[in-house]
Amino acid sequence: MDTAAGTLRYVRNEQIASQPPPLLVRGPIAWIREHLLSGPLNIALTLIGLYLLYVLLPPLVKFLFIDAVWSGADRAACREETAGRPVGACWAFVRDRLSYFIYGSYPVAERWRVDVVFVLFAVGIGWMLWLDAPRRGLGALYAFIILPIAAFVLLSGAFWLGLSNVPSSLWGGMLVTFIVAIVGIVCALPLGILLALGRRSKLPIVRLFSIIFIEFWRGVPLITVLIMANTMLPLFLPDNITIDRLMRPLVGIALFTSAYLAEVVRGGLQAMPKGQYEGAMSLGLNYRQMMTLIILPQALRIVIPGIVNSFISLFKDTSLVAIVGIFDFIRTIEAARIDPVWAAPTVNFTGYAFAALFYFIFCFGMSRYSLMVERRLAAGQRR
Amino acid sequence: MATTTTTATAQPSASAAQRNVRAQSAVQMIGVHKWYGEFHVLRDINLDVARGERIVICGPSGSGKSTMIRCINRLEEHQQGRIIVDEIELTNNLKRIDEIRREVGMVFQHFNLFPHLTVLENCTLAPIWVKKMPKAEAEEVAMKYLRRVKIPEQANKYPGQLSGGQQQRVAIARSLCMSPKIMLFDEPTSALDPEMVKEVLDTMVTLAQEGMTMLVVTHEMGFARSVANRVIFMDYGQIVEMNTPDEFFRNPQHERTRLFLSQILH
Repeated sequence: MDTAAGTLRYVRNEQIASQPPPLLVRGPIAWIREHLLSGPLNIALTLIGLYLLYVLLPPLVKFLFIDAVWSGADRAACREETAGRPVGACWAFVRDRLSYFIYGSYPVAERWRVDVVFVLFAVGIGWMLWLDAPRRGLGALYAFIILPIAAFVLLSGAFWLGLSNVPSSLWGGMLVTFIVAIVGIVCALPLGILLALGRRSKLPIVRLFSIIFIEFWRGVPLITVLIMANTMLPLFLPDNITIDRLMRPLVGIALFTSAYLAEVVRGGLQAMPKGQYEGAMSLGLNYRQMMTLIILPQALRIVIPGIVNSFISLFKDTSLVAIVGIFDFIRTIEAARIDPVWAAPTVNFTGYAFAALFYFIFCFGMSRYSLMVERRLAAGQRR
Repeated sequence: MATTTTTATAQPSASAAQRNVRAQSAVQMIGVHKWYGEFHVLRDINLDVARGERIVICGPSGSGKSTMIRCINRLEEHQQGRIIVDEIELTNNLKRIDEIRREVGMVFQHFNLFPHLTVLENCTLAPIWVKKMPKAEAEEVAMKYLRRVKIPEQANKYPGQLSGGQQQRVAIARSLCMSPKIMLFDEPTSALDPEMVKEVLDTMVTLAQEGMTMLVVTHEMGFARSVANRVIFMDYGQIVEMNTPDEFFRNPQHERTRLFLSQILH
């Protein structure tokens, strides 16, 4: 066929019809050769990797599953002497104490109230996270107004409903972990956004306040915040005012996280081109409309990875409330594993493995969800 | 195309009479100065734009032409002098600034469409939120203007899926949806591929024929010849020369203008 190469004059007479791209089907062997064995270094790394898997994986599987004890009433089931076989993970312990891990010391007769709260939360979170859900406005009203009130009334009790009072000192386990994490996330994000806007404000007092606030909370360790909230706050307050002992660390964690989120959000605001502000202003939108309709939707989308990073970090940091004597999930495991009823060699490991699994499931879930949201938001508007 | 019957009282130099506020003017700039730090960007700008007048502003880069029209809707703040837009004086009063921005539409070099909203949403946003127009009505208005810029079929796409020329036409439609009395164009064709310039210019010509008051910063001299009532040449933050397009191109008075025209007209 005649081509332009090598000739001085050339005019194409017919258009080339578009053709499908060449097929690139390669088998697994080609893939392995290309990715794992493509040179001496990669071959060596592959071999080392395989060796590590060989060393680590079988004992882990053996401990967690093959030798594991799945049922039993007390330590006898999980001790080699009494069980008469090598004992791995003592899942019987987790099964036996599961309700303690979930509810803490919440009175057994009232635990249905916690279950109702869990269901209410599941509905609220599902409604909010499912982006195509019907009536999301109603869902937001439910999740942010009705749900917190209902949950509080149910958990702490109300005489006018015939629910006995359960002081927050009895709350514990996953219940507390969820409460601290959810309240922390729901309060910290709006506060963080306001702080980020404040730090970029033209008003000097607002800006100064935001900077001081952010730098203060970022400058102190969370443990310090919790201990201060727990022991020093009551000293400053008048005698007749007491803040609930669960409330104190809750506020501390929310403020602490909001400072980090503020900086994440500020990063997103700074990434916005000036033209977006000008476009919005030239149409006559005021500051609030410009921010809520134009700037924040785009800026927050940019920083979803950073925001979710902070949420995941917060979720795991909730375990620090144990420091001030609150029985969160980790603390219940700590308490249960030293219980003489279940004194067996592998109970410690099992308890921690269960805790790791619990945290991993939720953190991984958040991570995957955020990826899904990012992809979805990016789909329509790729530039 | 359009005959250049000048309806405005073209006053090439800043005379004392011009310093009076006149009710029939769309835009009046009286002795306007502006500085960026130490840099004096606008120097004694005096300009009176009559209603329905089309003004083309040209000049070398950094001459202050964009800054000048951006002062009209307060994207830039002037530090001295007076600017009166549609009988409203620009001050630091935020309410007045919003009022003026509702009257003045602006089209930017880089379109500045909102990439997270569809074309239709881009157009209905301001009518709904600023004018409190019901959604259905806003969409009707938006579709009317999208038809007018000849892209109604793109209404449900995102700006990123359109070509540069289409995006700029959406930007024009978006401004028109607020039914502005004055339109500012800040180099609307400079960021476009050569093949797309014409479709945007055609849209602007139509707009001019309908009697819109327009201030256009552009180097499209063909557009200036056919549409403008007056052409302004700026340099060093000053209005150096102002004249009808015929006179401006045929017989430029200032040496700097002649040099500039010889550079851009080959």
